[in-house]
Amino acid sequence: MSFGEIVSTAIGNTFRSRLRTTLTVLAIFVGAFTLTLTNGIGTGVRNYMNSQTSSLGGEDLITVMQASMMADGGFGASSDGPVEYDPDKALLSAGPGFSFEAITDADIATIAAIPGILDVQPLRVVAPDFIQYGDGPRFELQVNPSPPELSVDLVAGAYFSNAADAETAGALYLPVSYVEPLGFTSPAAAVGSLVTIGVTDAFGTQHQVTARVAGVQQASLFGDSALLSHELSEALFAAQTSGLPASVTGMYQSATARFAAGSSPAQVDAIKAALAEEGLAGMTLADQLGSFQTVLNAIVGILNGFAAIALVAAGFGIINTLLMSVQERTREIGLMKAMGMGAGKIFGLFSAEAVFIGFLGSAIGAVVAIVLGSVISNVLATTVFSDLQGLRILAFDWVSVLGVVLLVMVIAFLAGTLPARRAARLDPIEALRYE
Amino acid sequence: MTEPTSSPASTLLFEARGLTKTYGTGASRFDALRGIDLDISRGESVAIVGKSGSGKSTLMHVLALLDSPTSGSLRVAGADAESLKTADLNRLRNTDFGFVFQQFFMIPNASVLENVVLPLKIAGVSAAERRRRGMEVLTLVEMADKAGNRATNLSGGQKQRMVIARALANSPQAIFADEPTGNLDSATGEVIEDLLFDLNTNHGITLIIVTHDEDLAARCGRRIYIKDGLVVDPNEVMATGVRS
Repeated sequence: MSFGEIVSTAIGNTFRSRLRTTLTVLAIFVGAFTLTLTNGIGTGVRNYMNSQTSSLGGEDLITVMQASMMADGGFGASSDGPVEYDPDKALLSAGPGFSFEAITDADIATIAAIPGILDVQPLRVVAPDFIQYGDGPRFELQVNPSPPELSVDLVAGAYFSNAADAETAGALYLPVSYVEPLGFTSPAAAVGSLVTIGVTDAFGTQHQVTARVAGVQQASLFGDSALLSHELSEALFAAQTSGLPASVTGMYQSATARFAAGSSPAQVDAIKAALAEEGLAGMTLADQLGSFQTVLNAIVGILNGFAAIALVAAGFGIINTLLMSVQERTREIGLMKAMGMGAGKIFGLFSAEAVFIGFLGSAIGAVVAIVLGSVISNVLATTVFSDLQGLRILAFDWVSVLGVVLLVMVIAFLAGTLPARRAARLDPIEALRYE
Repeated sequence: MTEPTSSPASTLLFEARGLTKTYGTGASRFDALRGIDLDISRGESVAIVGKSGSGKSTLMHVLALLDSPTSGSLRVAGADAESLKTADLNRLRNTDFGFVFQQFFMIPNASVLENVVLPLKIAGVSAAERRRRGMEVLTLVEMADKAGNRATNLSGGQKQRMVIARALANSPQAIFADEPTGNLDSATGEVIEDLLFDLNTNHGITLIIVTHDEDLAARCGRRIYIKDGLVVDPNEVMATGVRS
């Protein structure tokens, strides 16, 4: 009996007890369906993150902080016992009782001097009071702290250019939700307009800065926040800190350095090493994404774990089904053995039947999950997630779907080994005598 | 059926010396065979006769290599059964032996043809050749028109003819028949007997029939009487009464 014939005979045998096979397939179906869906969520969210971040650009950016900040999770509390006081350490207050070890202007100069770094910009945290167009109503404005080099989804307008602007302090991308309240008729109408941004300094004096709307930005994960050009950030920061001593103004939470686009991982590592020597730590976008994906993978892993439990239960179903099969076909097995069918082939026959049941359940489960998942995903994309453009909560890539099907087939094979072994070990005489 | 005159290795199909078979141990110990010496030549028709529990079925199973003896030696076609490798054993069961059982033993939902070609399928014969050979043996037992029928829908006699066709499919050297007419009425039984003896006389297939039916045994070239696991004189068996 050739391998192909064993498989085709096994498939034929599968349909000899239709109801029993159907019920077992159903159990596997539930597990495979769930596993495909949970995997689909992982793929969907990952795809969305990738599209969000690849549209961001910024592969040539590295965020630099004090190494102590990075190591301690950003809260300055060391887990290695008390740290000796250093009066020269620059601490940036972030509200009462909460301070950062800051990047100073001296650090900025150090970073700029590192080979491979093209330029460096400190992250200036600005908190504007309002934004206003002409004499229209004033609205609160959230600022997106991301570096402006990141490209965003623009509904209208163009990306920041380096061209100097005589009329304004700098440019910004306006979130699309601000267009109508501010008094623009359309996103396109807003592009190129001048807006006023108010900011209050430490002494309570309000300053007004004029900015140009360079583009209108699609709503994204970052919410309704405006992205400012370096020039505008600098101008707002200057207004916000006017009158403060330089020892306070020259401190930043982090800095964004740019390295040559297309640098190899080794070159990036060299830059990180150079930063580390200066007591600084650099994190590229890929690093940040990596830590996000670790969390995502952990969540998807837990969900998959639940689906796997269903599959293990289904595995017992396979064992049960095949044990009954072996019992029912005891005399047939005896006959085949009497006719010279080897134990290995008998084993193969029942294993193949188990694997086929696994294949049926998982293939049907995967297909139904894909169809149903795609429908659900499309519905959610236009309702619950309509604010998150392009989010398909369930996405299926054929590698992971194939992986699910193969995994189930392996589980089915393992479940099948017990009954298959029992069949293979049957004594032909005993089996033929069996009533 | 000539008397063996040339080298015995080529004409002796089975050569058994001191075969014993014991089931269980201690109080439940049962000696099914207690030292059987037996030679069967190629082309012979032999009846193994005895009451139920006499050990005749066990003897057939040991001869057919379905069961291994507890002690003693068995040579099949000149080869020592004990030293046969599993693969050789399976090949021998598959190609050299055919089996006909009282209870038919068939795959219930499969067609007649599928049942008949089962040994060929196990042997790895191609589908086309299986079909050709299957129809050939079905024609031989006059069942060609039933090839596509479900095996379970056949009458008893048809089932047994199908089983004989299955035993013939791989052109065996010997056919073992365990009470081949036991489940059939006498008229049908006679047809089956004629078929079996025709295979023996016209196709040279060695026939080993296990039975307690004296009439069937009488048609065989030789009768071996078994009682309590031993070969005995026919009169001894007759004295105790095989059948009323």
